Amino acid sequence: MATEILMPALSPTMEEGTLAKWLVKEGDTVSSGDILAEIETDKATMEFEAVDEGIIGKILIAEGREGVAVNTAIAVLVEEGESLDAAPTAAPAAGEAATPVEAPAAPAPVAAAAAAPAAPEVDSSPDWPAGTELVKTTVREALRDAMAEEMRGDEDVFLMGEEVAEYQGAYKISQGLLDEFGSKRIIDTPITEHGFAGIATGAAFGGLKPIVEFMTFNFAMQAIDHIINSAAKTLYMSGGQMGAPMVFRGPNGAAARVGAQHSQDYAAWYMQIPGLKVAMPYSASDAKGLLKSAIRDPNPVIFLENEILYGQSFDVPKMDDFTVPFGKAKIWREGSDATIVSFGIGMKYALEAADKLAEEGISAEVIDLRTLRPMDLPTVIKSVMKTNRLVTVEEGWPQGSVGGYIASEVMQQAFDYLDAPVITCTGKDVPMPYAANLERHALITTDEVVAAVKQVTYR
Amino acid sequence: MAARKSTKKPNVSAEELTQYYRDMLLIRRFEEKAGQLYGMGLIGGFCHLYIGQEAVVVGLEAAAEEGDKRITSYRDHGHMLACGMEANGVMAELTGREGGLSKGKGGSMHMFSKEKHFYGGHGIVGAQVPLGAGLAFADKYKDNGRVTFTYFGDGAANQGQVYETFNMAAIWDLPVVFVIENNQYAMGTAQSRSTSTPDIYTRGEAFGIPGEAVDGMNVLAVKDAGERAVAHCRSGKGPYILEVKTYRYRGHSMSDPAKYRTREEVQKMRSERDPIEQVRDMLLTGKHASEEDLKAIDKEIKEIVNKSADFAKESPEPALEELWTDIYA
Repeated sequence: MATEILMPALSPTMEEGTLAKWLVKEGDTVSSGDILAEIETDKATMEFEAVDEGIIGKILIAEGREGVAVNTAIAVLVEEGESLDAAPTAAPAAGEAATPVEAPAAPAPVAAAAAAPAAPEVDSSPDWPAGTELVKTTVREALRDAMAEEMRGDEDVFLMGEEVAEYQGAYKISQGLLDEFGSKRIIDTPITEHGFAGIATGAAFGGLKPIVEFMTFNFAMQAIDHIINSAAKTLYMSGGQMGAPMVFRGPNGAAARVGAQHSQDYAAWYMQIPGLKVAMPYSASDAKGLLKSAIRDPNPVIFLENEILYGQSFDVPKMDDFTVPFGKAKIWREGSDATIVSFGIGMKYALEAADKLAEEGISAEVIDLRTLRPMDLPTVIKSVMKTNRLVTVEEGWPQGSVGGYIASEVMQQAFDYLDAPVITCTGKDVPMPYAANLERHALITTDEVVAAVKQVTYR
Repeated sequence: MAARKSTKKPNVSAEELTQYYRDMLLIRRFEEKAGQLYGMGLIGGFCHLYIGQEAVVVGLEAAAEEGDKRITSYRDHGHMLACGMEANGVMAELTGREGGLSKGKGGSMHMFSKEKHFYGGHGIVGAQVPLGAGLAFADKYKDNGRVTFTYFGDGAANQGQVYETFNMAAIWDLPVVFVIENNQYAMGTAQSRSTSTPDIYTRGEAFGIPGEAVDGMNVLAVKDAGERAVAHCRSGKGPYILEVKTYRYRGHSMSDPAKYRTREEVQKMRSERDPIEQVRDMLLTGKHASEEDLKAIDKEIKEIVNKSADFAKESPEPALEELWTDIYA
C-alpha cells in the first residue's frame, strides 16, 4: 500500500521549512533509519530519516522549495512490486495533523472583582477549648515537642539535616531526639543541602515522611531545585500518582548581625509555588500545632521559623494531641480603626505597634496569617470590611512581597470597603548590612508600622 | 570502547534471548513511531528518543526483581516500556491525551508508575540521582531488600549533586545501582570535551564505591554486570556504579541536527554494533529462532506500536478541569 511521506515538524515551534535536498531519488529502496532528505528549519538543517521501508515511488516536492508546510506530503513510498500508479498523484494539503481544539478560556480560579461582596465565611473558633491548662513554653521546645510527638505516632517520620543528631541541633531544636529515637531516625547529614534535599524527596516518593532541617533557609537556596521541581511538582506531573509528603523546616529571615547572606526572608518566594504549603508561625502554640499538622500533611510543606523567636515563651495548651490547621488565621487583637496583617516575626512589630497606637486612641485589629499557602484571605477581608483600612507587615523585601499580594487581593475583592490605600510595610530594598545601626534601619520597625497605621487612618 | 569483555559463555536461555530481542525491538519501533508522530505535530515540545541505547534498560531489567525501583532522566520512554508500562499509556502521554500515564499533564519527560515502581521521568539534568538514592534510603529504612536503579547520562555525571549523592550513598550504604548511560554526547558536547576522566565509573573510587564499565551495545554483557551490581547492593554492601557505554543514533532531542558528529560515526555504530542486530544474529546462528519466527515477532511489535499510536491519536485531550487537579494531595 502506498504511504505518503509528510513534511516533518523538527522543532517545537516549526510550522514550515525548506526542503533543502533530497538524498534519495524515485525508485530507490529505503529502510527504516535511512536519511531521506535534508530539511532546513528556522534554526538548523536537519536530516530526515525514513520510518517505514519501501521504494520511493514519487517525489512530490522538488528540492529547494521553501515554505513547505508541516504535514504536506513530500513523497510517496510504495511496496515492492507495487505500481507507481498506486501512488496518489496530487499531494493533499495536510495529513492527519493534530488540530488541537481551540481551548475555551480557562475557568477563573477565583471569582474576581465582585463589587460589594457579602462578608466572607470565616472560622474564628478558638485554637483550644476554654479552660485548658496552659504551659509557658519556648518556640524551641514547642518545635521539638511537635516532632517528638509525631515521631512517636508514626514510624515513617524521620529527621534529617546538618547537626541534628549528635550536636543536638545547631539551634538546639532537636535536643534529646537522638536519645529517644536513635540514629536510624535522627540523621546527621554532611554539609550538602542540594544532595540531602534530593535524597529526602526521593525517600518521600518511596513512602517515608521526612522532616528536613535546613540549618537556615539561606542554605536551602542550594536545594531549591528539589524543593520546587522535585517535591512540589511531582504530584501534578504524575497525574496524582505520587507526591512528596514531607516538611522542609528551619530558621528563616534575619537573626542579628549575621550579614547579607544569612539574613533573607523567603516567605514570598515559597508562597508563590503551587504544590507547596507554607507555614510561618509566630507563637509557640502555633509552632507546635502547625508543625504537627505539617508532618501529617500529604504535601511538601515549607516551615519557616525564626532564630530570634526560638527563645521566646508563649502559652501552649497541655493537650494530648494539639494541632493547628493550615489556612486559618488568628486574630490576636480585635480593633475597629485599622487592620494590621502579619506573620512570623512581623507579628512582634504588629503587636507592639498596636499597643502604642492604643495609647493614642487608635484601635488596631491584628491578624496573624500563620500560613501563607493556603492563605486565609477571608479573615483579612472580613476585617477590612469592618475597619476599612489595611497595613501589612513583613521582614522581606518590597518587590514581589507577601503584602503586595494581599493588597492586590483586597483591592480586587473589597475595593469599595477601602477608605485609604493599603500600605505594605516591608524590609528595606537592600541586602542586609552588618553594622548594627544600618541593620536596624534595614529591618521593619515598630515605629514604621505605627506611622503607616496613622497614615491610613489620616491621623 | 573500553568495556569489560565477558569471558564466560552467556548463561541465557533461548526464551530469554528472544524476550530481550522482543523488548529491545519494542523500544526501537516505539521510538521510531514517536519520531514520526512528532514530525506530524501530534507530539509537541521536547522529545528525546532512546534509539541505539535499548540494550541498557533491557539488560538491567533482566537483572531486576519484582519490587525493585527505577528512576531516570527525561530520555525515559525506553525505561518505561522495559519495566512493563503499557505502550498505549506512554504514547498517549506523548500526545498529551487523557489516556496518557500522567493524564496528559506530564508529557514525554514526566511519567510515573507506582505499580511498576517507576519514579520518573525528571527534567533537570542530574536531579534524579539524589532522588534515586532517596528511594534506596526508604528501602533500607524499611529493610525490604529492594534495590533502586538510578539512571543518568554522561552529561549529568558532571553535576555536583551526583557527587553529593555518591558520598551519602556510600556513608549510609544505600542499595542503589548508579547506572551511567554514557552515550558519549552531553547534548552536543563530546565526552572528551566535557569530562576530565575517560572512564566515569572511576569517579566512584573517591567515595569507595565499586564500579565497572560495561559494553552497553551488548544486552548480555549489561545483564551480567547488572546481576553483579544488584547482588552487591542486595547483600548490604552499599552502592555500585555501572558505566554502560552506549550510543544514541538520533539527536539529543527531535530538534537537534546533530552536527557535532559525522554521519559515518553513526552509521558505523549502527552497522557494526547495533544491540538488536547482535541478538538477532545470536538467535539465528544459534538456531534458536528462524527468520520466520523473527518476522512474526517484528509483526507483533509493529501491531503493538501501531495500536499505541492509534490510541494516542484517538484518546481525547484532558478535560479542562484537569488543569486544577493533582496540585495537592
